[in-house]
Amino acid sequence: MSEPEQVAALASNTPPEQRPRAAAERAYLPVPPGATPRVHTPLGFDRVPPVRTIVLDRPPEPVRPPEQREALRPAQALAGPERLLLEGVTVSYGGASTLGRRGANAVRSVSLSIHQGEVLALIGPSGCGKTTLLRTLNRLTELTPGARREGRILLDGEDIHELEDTALRARVAMVFQQPNPFPMSIFDNVAFALREQSRRRPRRADIEPLVIDALRRAGLYEEVRDDLHRPALRLSGGQQQRLCIARAIAPRPEVLLMDEPCSALDPISTGVIEELIGELRRELAIVIVTHNLAQAQRVADKVAFMYLGDLVEYGTAAQVFDEPRAPRTRDYVRGAFG
Amino acid sequence: MSTFVSQPAERPARSRGRGSSIRAWRWSDRLLLLAAWGAGLTLCAVVAAVVLYMALRGIEYLSPTLLFSRPAAGLTQSQTGGFLDPLLGTLLLTAIGIAIAAPLAICSALWIVEYGQGGRGRQTLTRVVESSIEIVAGTPDIVIAFVGLALFQLHLFAWASEVGEGGGVTGKSFLAAGTMMSLIALPPIFVAVRDGLQGVPAHTREAAFALGKTRVATIRRVLLPSVRANIATGVTLGVSRIIADTAIVVVLLGDTLRIEPQAHGGLPVLGLLKGTGSSLTSFIYDNSPAGEAGAPQKAYAAAFVLLAFVLALNLLVERISRARARSTGFVAAVEGIV
Repeated sequence: MSEPEQVAALASNTPPEQRPRAAAERAYLPVPPGATPRVHTPLGFDRVPPVRTIVLDRPPEPVRPPEQREALRPAQALAGPERLLLEGVTVSYGGASTLGRRGANAVRSVSLSIHQGEVLALIGPSGCGKTTLLRTLNRLTELTPGARREGRILLDGEDIHELEDTALRARVAMVFQQPNPFPMSIFDNVAFALREQSRRRPRRADIEPLVIDALRRAGLYEEVRDDLHRPALRLSGGQQQRLCIARAIAPRPEVLLMDEPCSALDPISTGVIEELIGELRRELAIVIVTHNLAQAQRVADKVAFMYLGDLVEYGTAAQVFDEPRAPRTRDYVRGAFG
Repeated sequence: MSTFVSQPAERPARSRGRGSSIRAWRWSDRLLLLAAWGAGLTLCAVVAAVVLYMALRGIEYLSPTLLFSRPAAGLTQSQTGGFLDPLLGTLLLTAIGIAIAAPLAICSALWIVEYGQGGRGRQTLTRVVESSIEIVAGTPDIVIAFVGLALFQLHLFAWASEVGEGGGVTGKSFLAAGTMMSLIALPPIFVAVRDGLQGVPAHTREAAFALGKTRVATIRRVLLPSVRANIATGVTLGVSRIIADTAIVVVLLGDTLRIEPQAHGGLPVLGLLKGTGSSLTSFIYDNSPAGEAGAPQKAYAAAFVLLAFVLALNLLVERISRARARSTGFVAAVEGIV
């Protein structure tokens, strides 16, 4: 079936199971046992815009040939115990949405599992729900008025909505797109994360080793050891982002969420942080949202491709990039749209 | 290859005449330019004239004796003393006013920005609070003074003001005047802190939440330190409002040139707070040709001191906002308040 015919079939009233692409995409998804089957409303799929295909003289090539890629990727993941389990997670933003998509689902029925010792990259075009999904994992979406969520998210077997949100966020840490140190000293930035909500503030001497340890693990200590008390906002962008990572990993979380952590940084700082991600995944489960496919190839063990709120494909990095099963994934990873 | 390179010679020659010289301008444009320059220069000239005149007169009449001697009743000018008491009165009023206004303004700004945005009911309340503060800012100080007089003459507040012979409550005291002064100082502090809080990027708050911090901890450890300079600016502006005010002093402070503590029931400071006195502004008013004391030279000296205070405070505001932009990298949101 040619591209125009596929698009016509999508736009018509054909039942979902007879639509070539919809049916194909569904077939590639791992359905976890006990999960409710995914249902696409006809309305939901009719909204899918046609894929923008750029016709080239020669067949499209992967972003980076496989032989180069293997050299870049750090030693294969030591997949540990399962940390996070998502079952049919659906997130929608209600009336507060300014995009004219009233009540549209930003994330539709996503099921995934995330293990310690592996890096999961969420990829997909803008607005596909990657960041929303990420922010749901530490319940930051709850801060958005009108956001609703369905489905279950288990952290080590416990439903995260039965945990205290502050306790959850200490276990599921997050690094943001913009480096955002607080306007205080380097030491205080990390110490802020360590100080519990207790009546008595722990003494400086008690937390100093923990602060230094966190800075060391984030690969920043050697650069700032001379003066831990200078303002954090005087650091360079890359150093600020590593400080944010130090701050996030200081309380020894189990999961680290990273929302495009390198998109505001120069290539050298990006390289340093990618190396750091390779180091950190020994002790953590890492979920990283990225627009940069080459970066996903370099750092990720597992890759999840999302499109318009749906989880289209999920698998190992090698499989998603080299042998994508869904046509849309193939188009995306080869740069046909995005 | 060469077909895409535009030839420089082909570009139309830049038109001369119209638009490049003022000779080609429309009359209305010329008039506007002239008015803009004229208005700006006139304003500068007026300010320079006031400052220079007051400086010349002030330096001519000002002497250490005037600054450090108390006013006294006397027939000749050499016997009526200096303005130590009005000077101290101004300081005391400022202290009372700011002590009341600053916490109120900071707390209401915090509530509006951090808590007042969720839900329709809260937003309505937010609007009500904001417009009330705007109304207070727009109310003439003589009106505020009379409201204060009506309030403090109640027997309920007999403990707070001068009690005349026969037990009548006059409603005049440092406490009464200072309380009403706080209403004048509140709006600039509120606006400065509110704008500062709104200027703190949303991701800075989210970073604190993502570390498992509560909203209260975020306010105390991140937001208040971030807006420290805005608080300083607002307080400085509030101080300059208070020391410049005359009406409230004349109506509510009793306008006795000397500070006259009242009898009280044992508390050490209450007697002073219950007492009457004067400020630099009321001293100037009394000694100006319009007042009763009629010592214009002393009025000039006091006016010079007052003007010097106000100029110093303005300079301080400028310095604070510049230093803040330099040291933290946050953009200070203090312009446009004065």
